[in-house]
Amino acid sequence: MNIKEYLQLHTVYLDGGTGTLLQEAGLPLGELPERWNTTHAEILVKIHRAYFDAGSNVVATNTFGANTLKFTEEELEEIVKSGIENARRAARESLGTQEKFVALDIGPTGKLLQPYGDFAFEDAVETFAKTVRLGQKYGADLILIETMGDSYETKAALLAAKENSNLPVFVSCAYGGDGKLMTGADVRAMVALLEGMGADAIGLNCSLGPKEIKETAERLIQNASVPVLIKPNAGLPTSYDACYEVGAEEFAQEMAHFVELGARLVGGCCGTTPAYIRALYEKTRDIPLKQITEKTDTCVSSYTHAVYFDSPVLIGERINPTGKKRFRQALLEGDVGYVLTEGLTQQEKGAHILDVNVGAAEVDEKTQLPRYVKELQAVIDLPLQIDTSDPVAMERAIRLYNGKPLVNSVNGKAESMAAVFPLVKKYGGVVVALTLDENGIPNSAEGRVEIARRILAEAEKYGIRKKDIIIDPLALTVATDPNAAKVTLQAVREIKNTLGVHVSLGVSNVSFGLPNRENINAAFFALALENGLSAAILNPNSLEMLKIYHAFCALKGYDENCEQYIRFAQETLISAQQSPTLEHAAGLQGAIVKGLKKEAAEACRRLLNSLSSTEIIEGEVVPALDTVGRAYEEKRAYLPQLLMSAEAAKGAFEEIKKRLLSTGGNAVKKCAVVLATVKGDIHDIGKNIVATLLENYGFEVIDLGKDVAPEKIAEETAARHAPIVGLSALMTTTLPSMEETVKLLKERAPWAKIMVGGAVLTEEYAQRIGADGYGKDGMSAVRFAERIYTLLCKK
Amino acid sequence: MFDKIFVKTYSAPETDEREILRYAGCKDGGEENVTALLHSCLAEGKDAFSYRVCYRVFERETLLSHCPYEEVKKRLENCQYAVLFSATVGLGIDRLIGRYLGTVPARALMFQAMGAERIEALCNRFCAEVKEGAKSKGYACLPRFSPGYGAFPLEAQKSVFPLLDCARQIGLTLNDSLLMTPTKSVTAIIGISEIK
Repeated sequence: MNIKEYLQLHTVYLDGGTGTLLQEAGLPLGELPERWNTTHAEILVKIHRAYFDAGSNVVATNTFGANTLKFTEEELEEIVKSGIENARRAARESLGTQEKFVALDIGPTGKLLQPYGDFAFEDAVETFAKTVRLGQKYGADLILIETMGDSYETKAALLAAKENSNLPVFVSCAYGGDGKLMTGADVRAMVALLEGMGADAIGLNCSLGPKEIKETAERLIQNASVPVLIKPNAGLPTSYDACYEVGAEEFAQEMAHFVELGARLVGGCCGTTPAYIRALYEKTRDIPLKQITEKTDTCVSSYTHAVYFDSPVLIGERINPTGKKRFRQALLEGDVGYVLTEGLTQQEKGAHILDVNVGAAEVDEKTQLPRYVKELQAVIDLPLQIDTSDPVAMERAIRLYNGKPLVNSVNGKAESMAAVFPLVKKYGGVVVALTLDENGIPNSAEGRVEIARRILAEAEKYGIRKKDIIIDPLALTVATDPNAAKVTLQAVREIKNTLGVHVSLGVSNVSFGLPNRENINAAFFALALENGLSAAILNPNSLEMLKIYHAFCALKGYDENCEQYIRFAQETLISAQQSPTLEHAAGLQGAIVKGLKKEAAEACRRLLNSLSSTEIIEGEVVPALDTVGRAYEEKRAYLPQLLMSAEAAKGAFEEIKKRLLSTGGNAVKKCAVVLATVKGDIHDIGKNIVATLLENYGFEVIDLGKDVAPEKIAEETAARHAPIVGLSALMTTTLPSMEETVKLLKERAPWAKIMVGGAVLTEEYAQRIGADGYGKDGMSAVRFAERIYTLLCKK
Repeated sequence: MFDKIFVKTYSAPETDEREILRYAGCKDGGEENVTALLHSCLAEGKDAFSYRVCYRVFERETLLSHCPYEEVKKRLENCQYAVLFSATVGLGIDRLIGRYLGTVPARALMFQAMGAERIEALCNRFCAEVKEGAKSKGYACLPRFSPGYGAFPLEAQKSVFPLLDCARQIGLTLNDSLLMTPTKSVTAIIGISEIK
């Protein structure tokens, strides 16, 4: 019987801790325990055997830290091979008559993935893959990925296991007392991610004792559709003298509660011994097996939380260049900040999910979609909707998405389903399915329901469940067909009621071609919600739409005590009261000096009616920036103020850019400045401050980011023939890297003037390594650039 | 006692607004708009922190055998024991800084300052506890010192991390450049000597 079959019919007993037992057996501090697989095999066999003797069905190999970050490939192979052999031998030698399995144990790498750490996602996948392939080769029965503290690394490990073996994979995470992983994911987020990717069992282990994990374990059992694994510590090592606070009997008692609730695999982690497993087995062997039920809730997740479709869900549509010149320009310029700001604003307005679409002429979706997904998920904790018709871009983006994404979209065409469904099956996700096929969009509701039915049937063939499909019956404009909205609404109702799946719409299409579209959109949104709409793709900046949403939730019992509605009403009241004062704001200069972004934008918008953009920049923005800049240099203002003013100026520039784009003009930039934090250094706040200030002063900033190799900096500078380069370093250890960069620049781009800055730099050092200027702060960088630019103009 | 790693989770230590402003580069507090910025950042960041410490008590010689640096030897000269600890306020603050670095740098700067103040407060709280515990047993604590300061090289982080199992215990990791993530984190040694 294999473990998956056995698991269907029995409670599975795992093993307990190994670390403490190895220490008792003499493992010295600082030695890697995995080495003992080969050097002290007898001891390992003895430990494994003691667990089998105590009643364990599954013993995990001593390979927790067995990966190529710690061992060479040759040694890794020896360790995994002997690790499995030791456990196998223990199984043979044990007198226990129970079914016995050997799990290849895989723990976290100890490195944090990018963007906050320096470990690339694909490197993590490959690192795990190497261990997985050995586990498969040497005959493990299953893979146990355990003690994971980060959702992204967990995804990498599970992906590696799935791609490189056909073994069952159990995935267990270490949740803290707050019920979250170290990097923030809660239980429901992890259930969504791991079940979506096809983990065969999911669970929790380590970090705390059975009492402390009670709520987390219960939530896990409540939300999971696959078998749940619970493997806590024997409490905590709290006082200096006690070992662990929970004894074997007490541990078994606490664990029995989880078995009664339906936990299917139980064992212990740090501090537990064979005595704990025996007590656990004795205490729970007669508890009748609880049926595991498939949960039917539809949900997607980010790296912190899951969004359930049990009340109306708002999907923000603003990250999309269609019909937006300014957005398209941002994509072409690689202006990540602009795209992130669109995301942040929608989150502030209350969007639950963000749609991400970067499809536009001259934009390479295959590289740009994954890029923006990465950028967005670095700073925004909302689930993302991957929106593209290019299957390659779709796969790349879903693969590195940190959670269970919403995928937009598939449709009734055979080709579309054949391309999209395998991706959804492999990586997990909820997919939006449009009710159109080779014959176009049916005119009748019945026709659309029919396509929806066909899509669901086809998805089932791939093993994609109904709960992971959301049907979009397509809103078409009433401007050309008076029945368009009626048909869509009928389709919404019937799909929801007869097919029992969730329904979403791109609501605003309904008013295409009409004036004051919001009136129509809002009314249609309300009608669609009443007909059963589960999610809407809309503009969260539209007050009219938010009014409908909040009122609907309050009226339909989705908003307990109308709390959200009341908060929304108060916030709109406050902003309504604030806006009239804008009229009396002290003009653009005043707004910039005071660092008021909204006011600066508003003042600039008004000025644009009477002045040219050049007049505004030279007559208002630059003098205001100079006022603050001088105050900063003379220590009458502080850095936060300088930055707030820069931010306000940016608000004004945004207005100017918008106006220029709508009139077909283009902002005139001074010269290009290449900026980078040098190789080995990941500090970029100083460099970003310089970038903001330079942009304000009209320079074209090419920001290469942090930890940038000298070759790359030289290459970009040469390619763009940039006259100015700014390098930043914050650590003494990366100064050599700066020196090297300067040297290379002198060779490859001898025309470029180089300024350097950063906490550890001095004017003297700057001179010594051959830099042309030293910036002690952001303003001096601006002054340097201005000087160079003036010289250039004179030439 | 000597072979175990202990983990502690704390509730939020009291916030020192002046200290945050000092870290943000405002020596004498700030003007009204800076204070407003601070308060708005405090509100946004209130749930971003977790306060975790893991530590281990060593006999002097044992620690020196794993951490064989002159500076450590010198500083622990009159000590019998040492507490090695690592502390972090979590990844949440790095995400907040990251969120605003490319969008609203003034906020990024303020969050940077908040993180610096928080980790310092956490270390102070932990060290005060160690001091008290030591005192009750007749021992005194020396000021904490960290890899990367003075003659104690950053390189030592490579020895410190496995001794404390930082990644597993409190989610603290070391990158190839020997920098820690979450960035608002500290590793340090507290020397403990008998009161004569």
